[in-house]
Amino acid sequence: MAMTGEIYHSPMVCQEEELHVLAVDDSFVDRKVIERLLKRSSCKVTAVESGTRALQYLGLDGEKSSVGYDALKVNLIMTDYSMPGMTGYELLKKIKESSAFREIPVVIMSSENIMARIDRCLEEGAEEFIVKPVKLSDVKRLKDCIIKGDGEENVKKNLNKRKLRDEEDDHPGSSPLTPVSPLSPSMACDLASSSRSPSSSPSPAPAPAVSIKRPKLLHSS
Amino acid sequence: MLGLGEDRLRADMNRLLALLFHQGVLDEQFLQLQQLQDESSPNFVSEVVNIYFHESEKLLMNLRTLLMDKEFSGYKKIGIHLNQMMGSSSSIGAKRLANVCVAFRTASQLNNRPGCLRALELLEHEYCYLKNKLHELFQLEQQRILAAGVRYPRQM
Repeated sequence: MAMTGEIYHSPMVCQEEELHVLAVDDSFVDRKVIERLLKRSSCKVTAVESGTRALQYLGLDGEKSSVGYDALKVNLIMTDYSMPGMTGYELLKKIKESSAFREIPVVIMSSENIMARIDRCLEEGAEEFIVKPVKLSDVKRLKDCIIKGDGEENVKKNLNKRKLRDEEDDHPGSSPLTPVSPLSPSMACDLASSSRSPSSSPSPAPAPAVSIKRPKLLHSS
Repeated sequence: MLGLGEDRLRADMNRLLALLFHQGVLDEQFLQLQQLQDESSPNFVSEVVNIYFHESEKLLMNLRTLLMDKEFSGYKKIGIHLNQMMGSSSSIGAKRLANVCVAFRTASQLNNRPGCLRALELLEHEYCYLKNKLHELFQLEQQRILAAGVRYPRQM
């Protein structure tokens, strides 16, 4: 399940079996819950309390070595949106700006169902936006998504499902994913696939079997 | 007779839970927590709930201190505390508490100090009720485990 190319693959770790999820949340209660949800779904979990800590763990904070990251590659990042210091959105941006980590899917969690917030996160490349409280079914769905790597169709379908279920009539009458710009579906396709730029990471392995594409900006049929 | 004890305790627990659901104090997220409890994490619910109690008491104290301050001006801080309390309450399924937080937040956004004070009292009251009921639930659970242990002694 190689998603980034530059990382040392420890032969001891069988990456096919268990996803390693980095969970970021300033609430101790929420960290406990997400940790249990993930462990129950047979995932390895590293839970940290802030965006800063998350970047440290990934080795993105300027420090040369991050012992944790060398040991266990991160397959998914789940972060709370509202955190003191660095918000989940800011963390998302930093991760997507990094060539080493931008392919790691990032999921944003929030207790608030705010359209503008959701749109902003998706535009920045978040895989999904989950309204808290996070359930076992959410984690299972995410895990399936990542393992199968069905990419846009699956992710968008699931996203719509989640949003339709939780929509609180903030914008009555509008579709869950309102078009950001009037691009034609084919152009959006090109945008989505070109944004991945797999050639930027010097991967020794052939093209990864599992790939996560960024969600399309457009809600195509 | 001991077997009856365990069944009775289980019935008491279910009745208490049903009541709390009916009152809207708890929602299905609490059931989700119970589902997450298993042999590998046998005390998960009480662990999370105790963390929640610990954090909530700190938040409530901070809220009271902020509001009682004669030179009060910190609606923003109140909002931050409330968001935290709202988030953790909904994470454990404490629905009614989370709703009071929403109302409280609205009052704070309108800079309505008397409204905030009323909301705080209501929040403290709700919190006390929740804490008492959940402690009752955990006590029943403990007793049930003991009763079950006596009924089915470990085979040597």
